[in-house]
Amino acid sequence: MSSVRVLVGTRKGAFILTSDGKRQKWSVSEPLFAGWEIYHMKGSPADPNRIYASQTSSWFGQVIQRSDDGGKKWFLPGTPGGEQPKSPEGFPMGESNKFVYDESPETGKPLTTHQFYDGTQKPWVFKRVWHLEPSLTERDIVFAGVEDAALFRSTDGGTTWKELAALRGHGTGPKWAPGAGGMCLHTIVLDRSNPKRMYVGISAAGAFRTDDGGTTWKPINRGLKSPYTPDPTPEVGFCVHRMAMHPSRPNVLFMQLHQGGGILRTENAGEEWREVNGNLPTDFGFPIEVHAHEPETIYAIPTDPWTRMPPEGKLRVWRSRTGGNTWEPLTRGLPQQNCYINILREATAIDTLDQCGIYFGTTGGQVYCSPDGGDNWLAIVEHLPAVLSVEVQTLN
Amino acid sequence: MIRVVLPYHLRTLANVGAEVTLDVEGPVSPRSILDALEARYPMLRGTIRDHVTQKRRPMLRFFACGEDWSLESPDAPLPDAVASGAEAFWVIGAIAGG
Repeated sequence: MSSVRVLVGTRKGAFILTSDGKRQKWSVSEPLFAGWEIYHMKGSPADPNRIYASQTSSWFGQVIQRSDDGGKKWFLPGTPGGEQPKSPEGFPMGESNKFVYDESPETGKPLTTHQFYDGTQKPWVFKRVWHLEPSLTERDIVFAGVEDAALFRSTDGGTTWKELAALRGHGTGPKWAPGAGGMCLHTIVLDRSNPKRMYVGISAAGAFRTDDGGTTWKPINRGLKSPYTPDPTPEVGFCVHRMAMHPSRPNVLFMQLHQGGGILRTENAGEEWREVNGNLPTDFGFPIEVHAHEPETIYAIPTDPWTRMPPEGKLRVWRSRTGGNTWEPLTRGLPQQNCYINILREATAIDTLDQCGIYFGTTGGQVYCSPDGGDNWLAIVEHLPAVLSVEVQTLN
Repeated sequence: MIRVVLPYHLRTLANVGAEVTLDVEGPVSPRSILDALEARYPMLRGTIRDHVTQKRRPMLRFFACGEDWSLESPDAPLPDAVASGAEAFWVIGAIAGG
């Protein structure tokens, strides 16, 4: 019997929600890492029991947590897997992880400055890990997208981290700027058909692609617009909110861009993008998802661009079965009045059961599930802290 | 024996109570206390001081004997009452947030 495990990161801890394949009855865990912000949790496709979590705090910095048993026990990487994460004195043995920009002459790049909100240049300063993307094939390899924007890789299960410095060192760094949430690398898309290829999204720099495993990077922002800036079509400087790909069609990507762009798609791995907003009520939102079995079925949750709340107080997920342009609102089971929450960029997920499940979490602390591709929705849990991220694991 | 009081979030991270005790070799200063603290509880590395610069994280403060030591040199000798264990060295999180 298949089952699902939903990993929820919130402002004040993490929660694990579990159900069988029907996805009607749910168990909700006690809070994990209570009091800490959990920006993201994600399981390894190569080993579903291996889960990584980004535990972070403006006060106390960054910690990486790891579980090797599906989320029952957690430890700081550095403690060998399978061993008790305690010293003989009874204390945890792991240490928090170092994310240090690579400035070494052998592999690194000089640490440049980036543009600040006020137009001045500021130095790169590490703040937190926004996104953890485990390798598709190796459980000990995991990528981390961080603020200030850079990409790190661990090849030892999160114990040590090394920056892929060519991205930050692309040369356009002085033109990168923070979005409202900071200057963060929040999206990492791996290509199952080409292990050397990877896409990243940075707010507010844009989308980048590597075809050589991170040695070199190319901005892929042609077709994006920033109508609120003096140069509306620069090489970089776009507030990309999220990108998604169906594994069967790796050259087709979908993007939710800041207002002025909206939903875009590319047929050629980012060489050219075109807008597919169609009849969506706004061009603003954070997440974008692709159905697990229908590569042209995509989901977005538009919000008002100025308030970042659902238009008309109605929480609606919009589905396109044509890869954009033609959209239908999905409302059954979602509040259709007095709803003024937000859905953040990491807070949606898709399972891979035969009847594809869609999930999203809100800043109001609800996590919703549709077990039938978006037709019907139910609230799994309603009173969590503000949800930052949602991931789902489909377990057999 | 040096006594150190930690804020809630670092207690849960290190799996300790409100106060820990440490042996500190040589002069007792903020740096020597934090060095000993991080050696004993390696998960605290990077949470009080930056990994690279060793500077105090901006939303933390250090207090001893009712005095603010946050802006003092990390090598400034702390009062005898801290060195003797009569008084604790306090790591305090800024009162902010929600």
